[in-house]
Amino acid sequence: MHLATYLGLLHGSLRTLAGAFREVAKGHGEEPDVASTCQVLAKRLDGQVEKLGPIVERYGEHRESEPERLHAAEFEQTRSGGVGLLRDLQDLYALASFTDITWTVVGQAAQGLRDKELLDVVSSCEKDTARQLAWLKTRMKQSAPQALIASRE
Amino acid sequence: MDRWVQSACVLCSNGCGCDIAVKDGRMVGVRGRAEDIVNHGRLGPKGLFGSWQAHRTDRLTQPLIRRHGVLVETDWDTAMSEVVHRSQELLAEFGSSSHGFYTSGQLFLEEYYTLGVIGKAGIGTPHMDGNTRLCTATAAAALKESFGSDGQPACHTDIDLCDALFLFGHNMAATQTVMWARVLDRLAGPDRPRVVVVDPRRTPVAESADVHLAPLPGTNQALMNGLVRAVIEHGWVDHDYVHRHTLGFDELKSTVEPYTPEHVAEICRVSPVDLLRAAEIFGTSQRVLSTVLQGFYQSHQATAASCQVNNLHLIRGLIGRPGSGVLQMNGQPTAQNTRETGANGDLPGFRNWDNEQHVQELARLWKVDPLTIPHWAPPTHAMQIWRYAEQGSIKFLWISATNPAVSLPELSRIRAILSKKDLFVVAQDGFPTETTELADVVLPAALWGEKQGTFTNLSRVVHLSEQAVEPPGEARSDLDIFLDYASRMGFRDRDGDPLIKWKDAEGAFDAWRECSRGRPCDYTELTYEKLRGGSGIAWGPERLYADGHFPTAADYCEDYGHDLLTGAQTTPTEYKAQRPDGRAFLKAAEYLPPHEQANATYPFLCTTGRSVYHFHTRTKTGRSPELRRAAPEPWVEMSPEDAAELGFGDGDVVLVESERGSVKVPVRIGRCRGGVVFLPFHYGYWDVEHDGHERAANELTLTEWDPVSKQPLFKLSAVRIRRA
Ligand code: SF4
Repeated sequence: MHLATYLGLLHGSLRTLAGAFREVAKGHGEEPDVASTCQVLAKRLDGQVEKLGPIVERYGEHRESEPERLHAAEFEQTRSGGVGLLRDLQDLYALASFTDITWTVVGQAAQGLRDKELLDVVSSCEKDTARQLAWLKTRMKQSAPQALIASRE
Repeated sequence: MDRWVQSACVLCSNGCGCDIAVKDGRMVGVRGRAEDIVNHGRLGPKGLFGSWQAHRTDRLTQPLIRRHGVLVETDWDTAMSEVVHRSQELLAEFGSSSHGFYTSGQLFLEEYYTLGVIGKAGIGTPHMDGNTRLCTATAAAALKESFGSDGQPACHTDIDLCDALFLFGHNMAATQTVMWARVLDRLAGPDRPRVVVVDPRRTPVAESADVHLAPLPGTNQALMNGLVRAVIEHGWVDHDYVHRHTLGFDELKSTVEPYTPEHVAEICRVSPVDLLRAAEIFGTSQRVLSTVLQGFYQSHQATAASCQVNNLHLIRGLIGRPGSGVLQMNGQPTAQNTRETGANGDLPGFRNWDNEQHVQELARLWKVDPLTIPHWAPPTHAMQIWRYAEQGSIKFLWISATNPAVSLPELSRIRAILSKKDLFVVAQDGFPTETTELADVVLPAALWGEKQGTFTNLSRVVHLSEQAVEPPGEARSDLDIFLDYASRMGFRDRDGDPLIKWKDAEGAFDAWRECSRGRPCDYTELTYEKLRGGSGIAWGPERLYADGHFPTAADYCEDYGHDLLTGAQTTPTEYKAQRPDGRAFLKAAEYLPPHEQANATYPFLCTTGRSVYHFHTRTKTGRSPELRRAAPEPWVEMSPEDAAELGFGDGDVVLVESERGSVKVPVRIGRCRGGVVFLPFHYGYWDVEHDGHERAANELTLTEWDPVSKQPLFKLSAVRIRRA
């Protein structure tokens, strides 16, 4: 069963995303709302990882041997300034979209398996992922005009 | 005494009807208007002494302009030419987003509306807000989230009719004394209502309570979830009302499920028995009135906690009925108008910036291209405006009738921003303040009693305040200043006519009436003529939502709402899919521990607040001899146990320090719960000789805000205290 491959992918990307939110929080302390919301979202991602635990125990997880394309380490160098913030949020958005679609795929498998426990996990985590994406979009829409037009940094 | 001139008091959001006594062209006193539905003739200490005395002392009487680093006197033409010149230059080079406007909760409706039109249709900037962000933003946010639109559901008469009164983070005896007097009438009379108070301090209000809950600062949401849970658990829910008039009950129920009394007790450090008693009072009373203020609005999870108050009323069906409802209080006297007219950035008339139709309506009314009106994102909130100024992308900041150099959090940062070379600051005020000192151009403004206009209090009651005397020196009304700017800037509508078509207060009011037509805050029935004589008049019915129908229809609502934890916006499509159609939202959120916590280095939590004798940064009340004498200096209040442990006696001078700054004040042993200290926020530096920046509470506060309302967290700074 290839579900294990997807669980591995999901597990890895959730950790990556949590780490990335933490890095952005650290790098953009001068935007207190960004810093505190990223912390909140990172903490909730830890929760997702935890919820995935028993599932992984049941189905196993398989890490792909091909190189991972998404690294939290890349966030260690957060950018600065208005456009930098925008780019960092956009990277988070890309990562969060990745976990979003991964949850969707895992959710489909859960349907096929009629695994009630996994279905519950998927539905609560999908809600949380939607929240991440919605916040990132809201925050980017808010800062885009100022960063792209008015700022001359 | 020559004559009485009709007005209402502008020193808190109660808005007591009063008359101003005039003798020889000067204001010499005030009296309450007995026929007024708000105050029945009463006035409090600030109204009696703070309102009229300040107008003759220490005023700004001439425009000032900065030359070679120093502010010097100049004439209006020079000052306004400079403002217009800088404005046009920056618009040409950097566009409309280089401009920010930071106004007040103390001007008149007509002035806000004019400013709103200038900002949105003249300049076209999204960067407009006011210090109402600091006092009343969460009230507006909570009303929008729950009911679809701003607008105060209850009225003053509900105080007379309720059989239970809940005050959430609201020290009414200090903030609205005349409203409190009305409560005292009930407390001392027959049929005394039961009273529940949520406040970390044992205030006089808390002393009169049947149940006083003193949660640790930052834990309101846990407490509220516990209250909602208990009401559901004990079957006190009006399921028929919930079914017919609300959305989201199941999610609310599952969100609050973990908040058992014991769990809440642990988080908030309150007694679980008291929590249940409070829930029982809410659950078993027939007519419940709740008021909410800064203890919730300026604290952690402000909007979420305030929405929970709305939820309590919704699940019991106790809203819009005599004696039952919610007052999401305003702080400043005219804050309601800042919100209604859009001087706080919102679109005027409680219109929705995310609704293309609403933008079109305004574009038609103002005869401008809809693209001129900024609506591509939510309006820029105050804290973000200051951040843009700090980063240098806002280069022109016009501050009217407020004193951010004392009232904003983390003052050292605010002073640094105001002093930036690449930020052109216009400050318009009646007095020299800590803010005008740092401005590039200072415009002397007329105050209350020296100009005409209307304003709306915390229960939607509109008063007309007539001009009683001439402004001092060359001071002009804020309206005249804005009109002058508009005409010098040459703002035009699509037909080539002047964008602003009115020339005086009544003209502005009539234009606003038209703007408000068909919206929840419809003023079309009100005129200056009707507002003369008698009592102030409320817009809308006596109580909103008596029929359980809320302004949530997608094409009518003011906002599509947010996720309460992060502030993520609900998209129009998501909103419509919920089919609210007149039903209210039961919004839920779990409790999150606050970011700022007491710790080994800063072991106390500091909360800031008000004194009964002062208003805002004391520019007026500090100049009234009686009020000044009553509360001349700031202090830090702490519990007897904490003071004993640190070895402090009453009056000992101490340093209160946070990561951001420190103040030096005497100790007052008093009403705080253990681990919590209190500082009054009114005191700045204009009346002290040594300007050491050791007096203002906001030296200590942090730059952080609620994710939905964007209101700063004044009530939560970790501090340490040592002998000075
Ligand atoms: S209660 Fe408020 S409005 Fe009334 S007199 Fe006092 S300060 Fe003025």
